[in-house]
Formats: sequence, C-alpha cells, structure tokens
Amino acid sequence: MASSYSIRDSLVNSPIREERNLFNIDPTLFISLVLLCTIGLAVLYSATSGEMAAITRQSIRFALGFAVLIFLAQIPAKELARWSPWLYLLGIALLLVVMMIGYSGKGAQRWIDLGVVRFQPSELLKIFLPMMVAWYFSEKPMPPTIPQIFIALIIIAIPAGLVLTQPDLGTALLIAFAGICVIFLAGITWRLLAVFGGIALASMPVFWFYLHDYQRQRILTMLNPESDPLGTGYHIIQSKIAIGSGGVYGKGWLNGTQSQLDFIPERSTDFIFAVFSEEFGFLGVVLLLCAYGFIVMRGLTIAARAKNTYSRLLAGSLSLSFFAYFLVNIGMVSGLLPVVGVPLPLISYGGTSAVTLLAAFGILMSIHSHRKFLSY
Amino acid sequence: MASRDFLKNPKLEERFFRARVYMVAFLVICSIFVLGVRLFHLQIVSNEHYATLSQENRVRVVPLAPTRGLIFDRNLKLLADNKSSYQIEITPVQVDDLQQIVKQLAEYIELEEHHLKKFFEDVKRKQSFEAIPLKLNLNEIEVAKFSVNRHRFPGVEITARANRFYPFSGLNTHALGYVGRINADEAQKLDKQMYSGTTHVGKVGVEKFYENLLHGEVGYQHIEINAQGRKLRVLEKVPPTPGADIVLSIDARLQKIAQESLGERNGSVVAMDPVTGEILVFVSTPTFDPNLFVNGISSKQYSLLRDDGDRPLFNRALRGQYPPGSTIKPMMALAGLHYGATWAGETMYAGPYYILPGHKRKYRDWKKGGHGKVDMYKAIIQSCDVYFYTLATELGIDKISEFLSQFNLGSRTELDTWGEAKGLMPSVQWKKAVYGQPWYPGETVITGIGQGYMLATPLQLAVATSAIAMRGQGVRPRFLRATRRQAQAEEPASATAMPTVNVESDLYWDQVISAMVDVAHKPNGTAFRIGKDAKYKIAGKTGTAQVFGLAEDEEYEEENVAEKLRDHGLFIAFAPADDPRIAIAVIVENGGSGSKSAAPVARVVMDHFLLSKEELTATYGPKNKAQKNKDSNSLANSSANISINNAVN
Repeated sequence: MASSYSIRDSLVNSPIREERNLFNIDPTLFISLVLLCTIGLAVLYSATSGEMAAITRQSIRFALGFAVLIFLAQIPAKELARWSPWLYLLGIALLLVVMMIGYSGKGAQRWIDLGVVRFQPSELLKIFLPMMVAWYFSEKPMPPTIPQIFIALIIIAIPAGLVLTQPDLGTALLIAFAGICVIFLAGITWRLLAVFGGIALASMPVFWFYLHDYQRQRILTMLNPESDPLGTGYHIIQSKIAIGSGGVYGKGWLNGTQSQLDFIPERSTDFIFAVFSEEFGFLGVVLLLCAYGFIVMRGLTIAARAKNTYSRLLAGSLSLSFFAYFLVNIGMVSGLLPVVGVPLPLISYGGTSAVTLLAAFGILMSIHSHRKFLSY
Repeated sequence: MASRDFLKNPKLEERFFRARVYMVAFLVICSIFVLGVRLFHLQIVSNEHYATLSQENRVRVVPLAPTRGLIFDRNLKLLADNKSSYQIEITPVQVDDLQQIVKQLAEYIELEEHHLKKFFEDVKRKQSFEAIPLKLNLNEIEVAKFSVNRHRFPGVEITARANRFYPFSGLNTHALGYVGRINADEAQKLDKQMYSGTTHVGKVGVEKFYENLLHGEVGYQHIEINAQGRKLRVLEKVPPTPGADIVLSIDARLQKIAQESLGERNGSVVAMDPVTGEILVFVSTPTFDPNLFVNGISSKQYSLLRDDGDRPLFNRALRGQYPPGSTIKPMMALAGLHYGATWAGETMYAGPYYILPGHKRKYRDWKKGGHGKVDMYKAIIQSCDVYFYTLATELGIDKISEFLSQFNLGSRTELDTWGEAKGLMPSVQWKKAVYGQPWYPGETVITGIGQGYMLATPLQLAVATSAIAMRGQGVRPRFLRATRRQAQAEEPASATAMPTVNVESDLYWDQVISAMVDVAHKPNGTAFRIGKDAKYKIAGKTGTAQVFGLAEDEEYEEENVAEKLRDHGLFIAFAPADDPRIAIAVIVENGGSGSKSAAPVARVVMDHFLLSKEELTATYGPKNKAQKNKDSNSLANSSANISINNAVN
C-alpha cells in the first residue's frame, strides 16, 4: 500500500498552519469551493444557452449557500452535536409532511413549497442523518458493538426508507451512504462488514422486486443503452456522444453542438457534466476531477485531524458524501452507473442541493477551526 | 463530554480512525482514477466515433430535387412543361398526432381517400423530419383557406413545387407517356440517393424511357438541426443539376392533324422519316389526358378510363397487334421475286377463289368475279388475293417467314419507349412450340394475304414500309431528335441502321415500288381515291384485317355487321415515291376497307408534312381544322373504288 503512505503523508504529516483563520474559514477549501461554483455558473450559462434568469437564480443560491457556510463555520462542533438528535427528528418530520402534502415534480413527491422557495427535505437529511449517527456514536467507545451498529442502521433506515417511498432512489441511497460511512469510519470490524455486505448482496433480488419500473428500466438501460435508443437509453447515448465528441480540448465554451442544439436532456441539471466535457474536453475533465479530488482530500484531512469522535465521523462522512455525489453523477452521465437523479455538486442547476452542500462545508470548516477547543 | 466515558481510549481511537480515513482516501483516489480512465476512453480513444455520431446528430443532409428536363417536339413546341403549383406538406416530427392534423386540415382542403393513402404510405417510407406532401396542385381557394389558419398547424406548410404539365393534354399521350408519384415499388428500384428529393418518375412512354436524361442530378443541402428536428441554418449547399431537355422527333401539328383525321374512330397513325428513323406521328385514338395521372388520379376517374369500351389507355400504335392483311403483299411479292418463284411480268389466271391442290376448300378473293389475268403489278395494284394465295403456296411458310422477318415483322422495332409489342410472324417452329401442332398448307395460303396467325403493330408496319421505301436499307425508329443540357449545345441523336433486307436484284425493288405507286395513281388502284389529285407520288398499299371469320359461303356485307366486328382498315404508304421523306402506317379499327377508312387519313398527314403552306391552302382551303377533317372524309366517300379483302379461313 505504497500509495496509502503518501496519502497518510499528505493528510497528516504535512505541516499544519496552526494560526486561526478569519471567521473560522479554511481559505484553501473556501477558495476551491468558490472556484468550483464559478465554473458551475459558467457551464450553466452555456447549458441554459445564456439564460440570465437561471444564472441569477443560481447565483442567489450560491450566495445563500456561502452565507450558511460562513454561519455554520462559526458554530462550534460541540453545539452541532447537541442539536443533532433534534435536527434529525425535524428532518424526519419534514419528510412525513412531504409524504402528506408535498409538491409533486416529475412523478415524485419531493418538495415542500414555502411560498417563496420550494425545497427538498430529503436534502437536509444528507446532513442531519450523518450528524445523528455521529452523535449516537460520539459518546461510545470505538469500535462500536453489534447492537450499537444495529441501532445506527435503524437510525439510517428510517429517513432512507421515507425518501425511497417518495420515490427518490438516488437521494435515498446517498442518505444511506452518508450514514453507512459514519458506521464504517467508526470502525466496524471487517468481519461484520463482510456479513452486512453479504446480507446486502443477498437482498438485492428482493430489492429489485420493490423497485419501480422506471428504476429497473434505468438499471437495464445502463447495462445496454442501445437497446432502447429513443426511450430511456436516449439520455445515456446522447450524453456519451457529447462527452466523447469533446475530445482532448473540447469544442469550446458555448460551442458544444450536442448541448447547444438540445440533444442532451436535463442538460442544466443532472446531465450538466456532459455539457462540461463536450465543451472543455478531456483537459477540462481532468482539471475538474482534480478539483473535486482536492476538495474531498481536504475534507478527509480535516476529518483525520479532528480531535473527537463526533467531529471525525461527521467530517469524514460529509466529505465522502460529497465524493459520492460527483462519483455517482459522473459515473451515471458517462454510462458507468445507472441513471439516478444525483446532481453534479455545485455545478448542476438546483437550489437545495447547492445550499446543503455548502452548509456541509461550513460544518467541515467549523470542525477544522474549533478542533483545539474540542480536544481532550 | 467524551472524556467522561471510562471505556474510551482516545489514542487508540484516533489511530483506528486514521487508518480508516487513509483507506477511504485511497478508495477515493482509485475511484477518481476509474472515472478518469472512463473519460479518457470516451474522449480520447473513442473520440472519432463519438465525433462522427455528434456530427450525424446535428447535421441533416436534405436532398434538393433537380428540375425535370422539358420535352419539345421537332419544331420546339413544348410538349411537357414544369408548371409551379402549390402543395401542402407535413413534417411528421413536428406534429403530435398526424391523424388528428389531417382530419383538421380536411376542413380547409379537399382530401380524397387516395391522398390519405399515399400520404400515410410515404410517412412510413420516409424519415420523420422530411416534409411529406399531402396533396399536390392545390387550388387558390385551398391555399387561401389554409394560409388564414396556418398558425393552427405547426409542421404543416404550403410550398411551391414544379409539377409536370402537358399543355397539349391528350394529344401526345401515347408517345410521351407521363410521370406520376413514385410508388413503393418504384422507390425500391430507383437509386435511393438520386431520387431522395424527387416525388415523380416517368411511368410510361418517353418519360419513362428517358428518365435518366430527364431526371437530372440531385443536389444537397447540409442543414443544422436541433434535437426536435427543427432546421436552424444551412451549412452547405450543392445545387441540383437540372435534367436535360429533350427534343422529340414527333410533330405536334401533324399529331393534331392525324388525330383529327381519325376523329371519333379508334385507330392509330404512325409516321416516320424513312431516312433518319425519326417518328413524326405517333397517334393512338382514343387518348386521355396525362395530366390526370401526374398528381394521382382518383379511383373514380381511373375506372372511367379503364372500363371505357374504346380503351383509351391502350396504346394502339405501340401495343395494338393487328393482322396486317393485304399491306404485306408488296413484301410477299418481293419474296416471290427474290426466291425466283415468279417474275414480275409472269401472268396467271385469277378466278374468284383459290383451291389448294388436292383440297376442296375455297379461298375466296375479295372480288366476287375474280381479277382474271394478273401479273405481279396488277396483283398489287388491285390487291388480288388469289395471286398471293398461289404465290404463298409456291414459296412455302418457311421462306415467307424468313423473308418477312427481315422487315422486322414479329420482332420489336426497339423504338425508344417502353412496352412495345412484338407482333407475330408465324413459322412452322413457332406453331409447333406454341400449339404443338404441325403447320397446315391452308395456313400458308392465308398467311400470303396477311391473315391467320400473323400480327403486326402499326409501328412495325411503318418501320416495314420505311424499309421498302429505302429499298431494304431500313433504319431504327426513334423519338429522340436531340438532347439539350443547360448552357450546352444541342446534341443531335444519331440514326441507327436496321439489318438490310436482302433481295437478289435491286430491280425487284423498282418493280414492287412502281406497283405500289400505281396503287395510288392508276385508276384501277385500290388507293386511287387518295392518289389521283396528290401533288406528289405516293407509293402505298391498302389492307383490310378481318375481325371475325366468315363461313366459306358467307358474304361479308359491311352494313350488316356490327361495328365492333367490322374489318379493320389499314393503309401503308411512303412519299414522295422517288425520294421518300415520310413512311406511314394507318389503322382504323372497324373502319371497313383500308381504302376508304385508312388511306385518306394517311393522305392528309402526308399532305401536311410534304406540302407548303400555299399548297395546303390550295388543297384544303383556308378553313379551320375541323372543316379540313370533314373534307378528308368526303374525299373518302366520293370514290367508288372499294377494296375489301374478303379472306376466308
């Protein structure tokens, strides 16, 4: 594991600047995020064919997101830990509200309309759930015992299940993933991991049975998109054409024919990566992957340097969630994974996702700058 | 808070946690690497493949149909024009519910079942972004009605297109043929690329034969489209090359004269230039308006044409096979001279009938009392049947068949059009093959006067007449006189010789031709009525083809026979006899004797071809054409010299 040593070096043994940052903001992470959001707006400009209204709305969301980020960075992780169970319960309650009175969009009930804004409570759970699981483990000696893991799994299953019934498989999986990351980082033994892994694999056919037709179709389509080129395979075929035709240098900003001529469906939201790779080519893609990788590594560094269980688990889980976002999105757009509705973090058009992502980074920054005060 | 927990071991936990983070970090890097590899594969390795797909996605090649070449007659009168007309087109991809749209359109545009049938057939055949015509040739009211409601029909448009139009209506139909909408069958056979923008194709006649010349070459337009198939801009344009104009040898003026001379009678006139092979007249009556077929004929109109007892759709000039009757007598005489069966001055006694040696059956002559002493000249001039019964028997069917075949009887003339009938030149082998029966001597007898199995088309008779006129140096008939490509000099078509008719001595031609001249110019000639006042020498031969057989003792009484069963009148001729410029074959179905019915038609046509305007006025007077037609009929009736070929089998 030669590479793991280098990872370890970069994560822990690099010189740490111990001086406190202005407003508890980690400048490296902050600048990376601002950069990513800027790229996001540029791609969105192209994807919407220069629709300024969309750019303005997205900019407002980013502004809101950064405000939340800065605000959360000021709150010590200790406080966050204290609120965790209540936030979790609030999230569950909101999910129940959605179930009853939610606003339907595209065949699924995911939204709550607050008059001014509509938001998806399921997005909140992406933060509230890992907080809850981390809080649950925070006062227990690590690694966790089997009963503790079971309780953690139940904590995960409730919101994930509720989101699944909306139905929103993508978000449900991401929420579950955030929780499972906490369990993994908490130190579940390999043997237990193997057992749970086995159970998960064995339950796949049952799971398949409960999937909606369109979800099954998406999985089948991923396996062979050409089987239905005008139906569900159309998205994947067109996005692969967009990506592939980008080549090394891309067709240039605003010059992607696939994007500009409407061939990529959902090109400003879930499939925006196709627009990006068509217009910026492989070079752009490598830079984007590096940027994402850097941000995840920075998040994991923060986790590794955190001084208590809650901070560690939460920072690790949030970083990995961010990672899962772009992994699943890029994997899906490039035809490696089935089409699940996961946006490309900070680039896809969409409100709740942008705000919750930036909020998560606010928490990471809080954990980073308040670690001294939380050390034993 | 955590410090309160006794069981917690912070140092161990930190190490433990970090190990997990390292592992996770490693997995993250691996995953990013996998994504990188995937994208490398898509963007670098398969770039060409996807670049092509992307190009195909956005660029549509839209064919631009070439303008069809025009067709002129020999005097450059326009016979087939392209007239711009309005048509309504639907682009299926831009329409949600085709059935619904079509139903709504029917409020403004008169749609018949064949429009819908053709449209939905095309929808299946063509791509969804192509505009498919629903109805061609809209009238102004329909255009106006639709234009007002245009906003209600996205994806539906009225466009102007050049459509074939035949200004002479039915006059030249049987020569020109016509174009029609490409049907599924034709779409299969035609060059897909070349015809990608074309809606019409030559269906019959010259339009079909010269399809390649007339069609031209397709052009292309590369247009950028979006995912909905909407045209955004033209990227590149290769204009189509229009089809070549063709000049036909037929003369619309003569066509009209010939058609009017035939009048209400069913029949055909084929005239050609015996030197060049150019067809001058190619008429078959009754005819029909080819414009009906251009944009799809309604089934009602079609069945009217199809079920008409006079069969206007039938091309008699090309496909009508008639017993040639006495018109083959000059060729029979040539055969007799060639094979030495007789000589021109040899006389024989021709009684009222002929009996095969050892048989009882009487083969009657058309002349009740017989012709008496006849030689070859008199036999042709008076069309003596008994003479030719005798000659045929002496020659035998093998020699007759071999010799007459040289005049292209029984085989196609290879005129540049479609669907020519072959006629029939019977022979012993032919009868054996078709009927499995031996040839009977009696059949040879009647073959001698062009009856029995023998069949010829008017075109074949005209070609054979040309061969006689040219003393055996026949030429292939053709419609094409010249082709004219845009901005290029006219390319004249060239004449092709036919196989020469071999006759022992050229003297025989002189003898037979002089007899044919006497047919028209001697008072006892069967066509004297048309020759007596002619300003040039006509060499001709009358003929009558039997439609139904008479019993041995029955007399043919023209007045007593139903029109349908009356004999066909035939006449072949060329003129001027010493310098042939026109060879003609006329057949008038159920016209009775060729002398009365067919010969006058030939005379009028020849007059109008050979005589100057002044001479024509002197002959026919400065009257309108209908009057002229009556003249030619009265001319026919005034003469008493009737020729009936009353053959019996």
